[in-house]
Amino acid sequence: MSATTSRLAALVKRRETSVALAVIVVIVIATLFNSNFAFGSDGFRNLLLTPSILVLLAIAQAVVVITRNIDLSVSAVLGLSAYATGRMFTDWPGAPTILVIVLGILLGTGLGVINGLLVSVAKVPALVITLGTLYIYRGIDIAWAGSTRINASDLPSDFTAIGTGSLFGIPWLTVIALIAFAVLAYYLGYARSGRDLYAIGSNPDAAELYGLPVARRVFGTFVISGTLSGIAGVMYAARYATVSATAGSGMELDSVAAAVIGGVAIFGGSGTVLGAALGAVLLSTINRALPTVGIQDFWQQAVVGALIIGAIVLDRVLYTRAQRALTKERQSSSSEREGARS
Amino acid sequence: MTIPDTPPVLELRDVRKTFGSVVALDSGSLALSPGSIHALVGENGAGKSTLVKVIAGVHRRDSGSVTLAGSEVDFGSTADAKDAGIAVIYQEPTLFPDLTVAENVFMGRHPVRAGGAIDRHVMNEQTSALFERLGVSIDPSRQALGLSIADQQILEIAKAISLDARVLVMDEPTAALSGIEVKRLFTIARALRDEGRGIIFISHRFDEIFDLCDTVTVMRDGAYISTHNIDDVTPAEIVTRMVGRDVDTLFPKTEGTQPGDVVLSVENLGSPGTFSGITFTVREREIVGLAGLVGAGRSEIARAIFGIDDYASGVVRIDGNMLAKGNPRKAIAAGIGLVPEDRRQQGLIVDMSVARNMTLVIRRSLAKWGLMSSRSEYDRAHDGAAKLRVKAGSLESDAGTMSGGNQQKVVLAKWLATNPRLLIVDEPTRGIDVGTKAEVHRLLDELAQEGMAILMISSELPEVLGMSDRVLVVREGRLTAEFSRDEATSEAVMTAATRTEEAA
Repeated sequence: MSATTSRLAALVKRRETSVALAVIVVIVIATLFNSNFAFGSDGFRNLLLTPSILVLLAIAQAVVVITRNIDLSVSAVLGLSAYATGRMFTDWPGAPTILVIVLGILLGTGLGVINGLLVSVAKVPALVITLGTLYIYRGIDIAWAGSTRINASDLPSDFTAIGTGSLFGIPWLTVIALIAFAVLAYYLGYARSGRDLYAIGSNPDAAELYGLPVARRVFGTFVISGTLSGIAGVMYAARYATVSATAGSGMELDSVAAAVIGGVAIFGGSGTVLGAALGAVLLSTINRALPTVGIQDFWQQAVVGALIIGAIVLDRVLYTRAQRALTKERQSSSSEREGARS
Repeated sequence: MTIPDTPPVLELRDVRKTFGSVVALDSGSLALSPGSIHALVGENGAGKSTLVKVIAGVHRRDSGSVTLAGSEVDFGSTADAKDAGIAVIYQEPTLFPDLTVAENVFMGRHPVRAGGAIDRHVMNEQTSALFERLGVSIDPSRQALGLSIADQQILEIAKAISLDARVLVMDEPTAALSGIEVKRLFTIARALRDEGRGIIFISHRFDEIFDLCDTVTVMRDGAYISTHNIDDVTPAEIVTRMVGRDVDTLFPKTEGTQPGDVVLSVENLGSPGTFSGITFTVREREIVGLAGLVGAGRSEIARAIFGIDDYASGVVRIDGNMLAKGNPRKAIAAGIGLVPEDRRQQGLIVDMSVARNMTLVIRRSLAKWGLMSSRSEYDRAHDGAAKLRVKAGSLESDAGTMSGGNQQKVVLAKWLATNPRLLIVDEPTRGIDVGTKAEVHRLLDELAQEGMAILMISSELPEVLGMSDRVLVVREGRLTAEFSRDEATSEAVMTAATRTEEAA
């Protein structure tokens, strides 16, 4: 097999490819039912816009999950950042938009720092810590917002323009999500510290013995996750222009689902942000497509559930097969050498 | 006692390490010369592992001094030790299975392009070059998942070389290797020695130590005992220093017992691709040794007899009654006990207490109305522990916290509680220190004397020869030879185990 065909074969086998194909299939089917789905005046725009916020949370989740941790608080960080951004505009008229955006994002960073410290210094499992901070952050949000909400009229137009505007036909929010994705993809693929994250998730004990700065790296992933959730919060406020205390509720599980569907191993060590991002696109697109093809609302959850279980079963099967194949490959190549020697 | 004249590359003096009130290392000392392979021996619990972990930067010493190439060092982390040129190959491989082989070698030190991006092409090439030097061909871009233990160790060595380590510590590297793999490892170790690196080699196998090492340091009870030039000592002398008393004989086998009735009879047992045509018997008061190379199919035969694995053809009889295949519960009921090769994975439930482990198989008979009391468990375990002299702080402590030797005794106690007719022991003393080894051997002998039939699988030739009444040799899934105790010599057994058939 030539290098090109083997590379092609490897590409076909990758999870990212099959998820991307699934997205296309969903779009094609939905478009057959209703041509507005992809080609309508807003169709193409919505195709790009709808997944943007979930993409950010999914890649945030992927970075954390790759290290064999989890961040369940992403949705609450999103909610708190979104509300804080809105409140800054209402309580502080005339504030420079860019400053408010930065502060909104930094709030997310700060909340991520708290998660990171609790997980890496106090050494409590991330599942427990972030489940706790999920409630705490959301609780603060609810206590602060009460039953009030931020309305579009409270927000300056240059801010809401981010949610509605576009660059060369691509919505700004999508551009932001793409930039964040590209930076993280490069970091995880080509930076030494990014590769550390895979090593830590693959075998935490070995990473410790190897002398990798495990605690520092894990702390870092929570800061990244918090920051991305903060960006997602600001984007949420810009896009919907109405923010209540429940903004983003439930998205923590969507983000985990997107990462898992996209091939990020739930026990760490493997997966890419590309997969997680595509997983998020698939989930959002399915959610939007189901009503179009006439499937009732309550089935949507079941479809997502089936996708998650399918993805995990697929992972397990592929892992076992890969292990067997890799063992066999090694054995046959050694015996060839033994044979050649004698 | 002669110590080479060259100044040591690594020297430890009176290193002490305590964990709370437990003294893990009392006064460890070692002087490693460059260009030397230095054996570190001692019973399990003698403090070797703690000493290694101090060298590796895993633990920080409480007192004493460590000097590397003449200057005092105090490593706060394994990264510090690595930077200083110390590489440690641990007993348990420390790889990242999801990453490629090359990345495992270069983790944290990837070759980078200008701008800091990892250069995978260069990384793979450098890894290939390392493997070429070591005389192995492993594809650097494949995943580490699925590599054999031997390959994993080669990878660890490649890592150490790429670090240009001055000091290389190998903690029982041969425990899971076959004969050929051990040879390859030794060739590499000698090459590294000739480059002037210092190697610390920890092993329980004396033949290997005398084959490979030039110096040996003995430790006992967390303290330094002595250092010898390898040519000036005999294994017996080293053993004496290790245990602090004379071990008159390593293999306390009662000679000249007459075996009784046939307990186990195996006829024409076969499983495609694994073994075929296996026929043998084991009688009362008899220890039958099953020798052969690692991977010859010995453990698989044992697993088939015990009913863990299915088999395609043949019959297994216990006391003349046919045993249903593929059913370990029936095998236990028929009176078979199996002490597996891998204690931690298969022999014990490491997170459970010693007492509970010991009574695991007989839990049904201990239960009243389906409920068990800790009292009855504890009482039965206490009897077993006393009989086998299990040293556990308490029967309530987790089995995983005990030394290998004591763990093995717990596994034995577990099966002895069922009063088996036939005991199958797979590598009964792997990774066990000399003192406990002798105790396990004595115990096996006692059990045989009491009438039990014992089938012993072992890769250690001295053990097979020393303990067996009869020796069966397995090669590539077939029984190739049978020797009586008198006929069995190391040459005869090794020949039968390794001889390749013409046009097989």
